[in-house]
Amino acid sequence: MSVVAEPAEELTPQREPDPPRSKRRFNTTAFLLLLPGVLWLIVFFVVPIVQLFTVSLQSKYPGFPGYYYRDVNVGNYVTALAEFWPHFVRSLLYGGLATFFAFALAYPLAYAMAFKAGRWRNVMLICVIAPFFTSFILRTIAWRQILADDGFVASALRTLHLLPGDRITETWIAVVAGLTYNFLPFMVLPIYASLERADPKVIEAGGDLYGNGFTTFRTVTLPMSLPGVLAGTLLTFIPASGDFVNASLLGSDRSTKMVGNVIESQFFKVPGGFPVAASLSFTLMAVILVLVTLYVRRFGSEELV
Amino acid sequence: MGLFSSSKGAFRGAKGDLVLDGVRKTFGDFTAVDGIDLTIPRGSFFALLGPSGCGKTTTLRMIAGLEQPTEGRVMIGQTDLTGSRPYERPVNTVFQSYALFPHLSIRDNVAFGPKRRGVSDAAAQADSALELVQMGHLAGRKPAQLSGGQQQRVALARAIVNNPEVLLLDEPLGALDLKLRREMQVELKRIQDDVGLTFVHVTHDQEEAMTMADTVAVMNQGQIEQIGPPEALYDLPKTRFVAGFLGKSNMGKATVVGREGDQVVVEFAGTTATVPAARAPEGADEVWFGIRPEKVRIVTDQSGGHRDDVRVTVVDVSFTGVATEYIVTVPSGRSWTVYEQNMDVDPNPIRPGDTVWLEWDPAHSFAVPRSADDPDPAGDAAELESAVAS
Repeated sequence: MSVVAEPAEELTPQREPDPPRSKRRFNTTAFLLLLPGVLWLIVFFVVPIVQLFTVSLQSKYPGFPGYYYRDVNVGNYVTALAEFWPHFVRSLLYGGLATFFAFALAYPLAYAMAFKAGRWRNVMLICVIAPFFTSFILRTIAWRQILADDGFVASALRTLHLLPGDRITETWIAVVAGLTYNFLPFMVLPIYASLERADPKVIEAGGDLYGNGFTTFRTVTLPMSLPGVLAGTLLTFIPASGDFVNASLLGSDRSTKMVGNVIESQFFKVPGGFPVAASLSFTLMAVILVLVTLYVRRFGSEELV
Repeated sequence: MGLFSSSKGAFRGAKGDLVLDGVRKTFGDFTAVDGIDLTIPRGSFFALLGPSGCGKTTTLRMIAGLEQPTEGRVMIGQTDLTGSRPYERPVNTVFQSYALFPHLSIRDNVAFGPKRRGVSDAAAQADSALELVQMGHLAGRKPAQLSGGQQQRVALARAIVNNPEVLLLDEPLGALDLKLRREMQVELKRIQDDVGLTFVHVTHDQEEAMTMADTVAVMNQGQIEQIGPPEALYDLPKTRFVAGFLGKSNMGKATVVGREGDQVVVEFAGTTATVPAARAPEGADEVWFGIRPEKVRIVTDQSGGHRDDVRVTVVDVSFTGVATEYIVTVPSGRSWTVYEQNMDVDPNPIRPGDTVWLEWDPAHSFAVPRSADDPDPAGDAAELESAVAS
C-alpha cells in the first residue's frame, strides 16, 4: 500500500506549479490578441471623442470667425439645446417611427423565412442582403425617383385622394420611409437569427399545452425571439436617429431637418459653428445612450409576457 | 377564445380508451405509418417499441394532433379527435428534447397549461405537480439552470399537471445516462400508478418497454408486428422481427418435416427438433426455428436420448459474473448464443475450440413464418440486432 501511495503523493506537489504558468501564458496570448483592437479603439474612438469633447467646450475669438481658444464654455450646450431642441425631438421621433415600421415589416418577413420558406429560405435571405451591394446614397437617391411628384406612387395616391399635402418628397413621410427602408435589413437579420435558433418542438409544446395559434405566438414564439428584436431595434434606432442622408435627400430644408443635418450645416456651412456642432453631437450621443440604457434595462433581461 | 369554445369543450371533455382506427400517414412517397388499429385501455401503461424510422413517433404525433393522419381516425372513447388541433385535445406530450420554455421559470413552465385552460390556481397546481416529481425546490429557476434529468422531471410535471386523458412520452429517457434512466423508469412507473392516467410511451429500448409497460406493441416499417404483455411477447414471438428485436433469439432456417400429435417436427442444420404445435405458425412449412439463449444448456458429453440437441463448436466465452455467455457455431455455420448461470465453479471450464452439445426443453422452442425473400444469413441474434440498429 505505502509503495503505491508514495509516488502519488510526490506527483501532487510537482503538478502544482503548472496552472499559474499556463495562466500566465494565456494572459499573454489574450493581451496580444486584444492589442490591435485596443489600439484601433484608442486611435479612432477614444482620441476623437476626447477631441470632440474639448472642441464642444471651446469659445470663439470675438471678431475672428473660425478661430477658437480652449475654454470650458458650457454655453455651447445651452445654445445647442435652446436653438435646436425641435431637431432633437424630430430625430428621435423619426428614428422611433422608422424603428416601429421596420419592426412591423421585418417580424413577419423573418418569421416567414424561419418557419415557412422551406427551400426558398436562402433566396429570401439573399434578397434581404442584396441591396447592400449598392451604395447607401445611390439607393436613397433612387427613392427620390420612386416618391417623385410625377412618379407612380405619388400620382396613384393623389388619384385616390390619400395625399393631403399633394406630394411625398420633402415631407416627413419620405424621410421616415427612407429610414425604414435603409435600416430594414438590420432589423430582419437579428430577428431571423433568433427565430431560426428557436427549437420548433418548444413552439409545438405551446400548442400541446392548450395554447392556440395566437396565444402560442404571444407567450412562446415572441418571447423567445425578444433578444433578436432587442438587437434589431437598437441596430435600427441608433443609426436612424443620427442619420442625415435621408433627411437631406428626401426631406425639405425647413420642415424635416434632423439633428444630423444641423450638425452637418454647423460644421460645413456656418462660420464658427464647430463648438456648437460638437456639443450637438455630444448631446445626441448622450440622449441615445440614456434612451438605449433605459430600453435595455426594461426589455433586455425580462420577458414581455 | 370564445369563438371556438364549444367545439374545444367537446374535444377536451373526451374520456375513455384511446382508439386508433386504420390510421395511415404518408409524407410524399414515403409511408411512415401503414394502417394501425389499436385500442389502448384507459389507465394502462402502453409502450410503442420499434427501431428508429418505424413510425412510432409519427403515430404519437398523430395522437397529439401535431400531425394529421392521411387516413383513419383517432378517438378517445366515443369522441373522434381526427382533425382537431393539439390545443383542443385532452392529450399532453413529454417531448424527447423536453422542449421546456427557455424564457419561463420552472413554475411558469408547469403553470403554462393550467393558465391556458383558465384554471384559477394555476401556480398552486404547478407547485403540487412539481412536488410529485420532487422538483418543488427548484421552481424558481430557469430551464437552462437544470440538469438533463431535472429538465426531464419538469417536462413530465408540465404534462401531468393538466391531468390529461392520455399522456404521450416520446423517448423521454433517451438523453439520460444509464443509471439515471433506470431510476426514472421506476419513477415513471410509480407516477403512473399514482395518477392513473393512460401513458403511451414510445421507445426503441426493448428493456425499457418490457420493464415499464403493461402492454407492448412492436412496430416495424409502419406496421404493428405484435401486441401483448411483455412476458407473452418475449416467450412467444410471432414474427422473426419480434424474435430478434425483443431480446435475443437463436434462429435456424428450418423446414417442417412432420407433425406428431401436438408437436411439429422441423429439420434445420442437419438435425431435427420439435416445436409445440401451439408455438408454430399454422400450415406454414417454411419457418424459422427459434430458441432463447438462456433456455439452452451446454453439455460436454452427449448423454443420448435427446432429439433436440445440436453438436456445436465453442467460439467465444465471456464471463460476466452472474452468467457466462458462450458464442457457438452450429453446423449450418451460423452463430448462436448461450447464457449459463454460474451456479457453481466448474473445475473444467469450457474453452473456445471445444466441441459440445446444446440441449433444451422443446416446450421453450418456437417457430415463426419464413418467406422466400427473408435475408438468409442474418439468422443469429447479434446480426439481426445490428441490422435493426442501423
